Amino acid sequence: MSEALELGISAELAEKIREHGIEAYPYECCGALLGTDYEGLANDPNRESRKVSREIISLFPLVNRRDDSPRNRFAVTPDDVREAEKAASAQGLEVIGWYHSHPDHPAKPSDFDRDHAWPWYSYIIVSVHTGVPQDMTSWRLKDDRSGYLEEKISPMKASAAN
Amino acid sequence: MSVKVMIPTPLRVYAGKRDSTEVSAATVGEALSGLTSQFAELRKHLYTEDGKLRAFVNVYLNDEDIRYLAKENTPTKDGDTISIIPSIAGGSSEMPIDF
Repeated sequence: MSEALELGISAELAEKIREHGIEAYPYECCGALLGTDYEGLANDPNRESRKVSREIISLFPLVNRRDDSPRNRFAVTPDDVREAEKAASAQGLEVIGWYHSHPDHPAKPSDFDRDHAWPWYSYIIVSVHTGVPQDMTSWRLKDDRSGYLEEKISPMKASAAN
Repeated sequence: MSVKVMIPTPLRVYAGKRDSTEVSAATVGEALSGLTSQFAELRKHLYTEDGKLRAFVNVYLNDEDIRYLAKENTPTKDGDTISIIPSIAGGSSEMPIDF
């Protein structure tokens, strides 16, 4: 993993995540981030000119499967994960991470988030206060699981895949 | 018995960037032990500190969830494939809200 983590996303896709957060409020929304991890490419002719380490090309919104505590929990089943992977693969992409909302809570990962995460994935969190989206942040779990590194979100031009 | 273990994308960085590996194992538990012996850094992302599979880590033997078989004691045979699929979970605060 490089020192400078930067996640590229178009304004349109960032808006779609916020809209999903509004739609689901006061419950948590969730979905998969489909894109390309440039760090993982064996041969990337544009490596020098890349401004971001990975880029979101499309979203795969999912249903929050937690029906016992959906205001402060979300869950995606292994079948959903496989569906997201299939959707990514069909577009020549990978599942590079996941997004979810924190209704009436800050856009920071909780210990519960950390216990249920893997490194490498980008975890976008959008805070939604009283139905209005606020901060959007992205995080990557540290290799030793001790905490998260914040990943800078960089606005990109919309990709042709959008 | 040779069993193929598919390594999920997020964990490949701890497995020499490989997408799968072959291990010799008679059960799913032995196969996972073989995997984490080959690639020790994988262990903490699959198991808790007290040696239990993390709750969000799901293991499939040829597409069958091992929770519905004999869990880690599920016997394997030559040519079987084991997949590791996460459930994705999280949330904003520590305690579930009942309402």
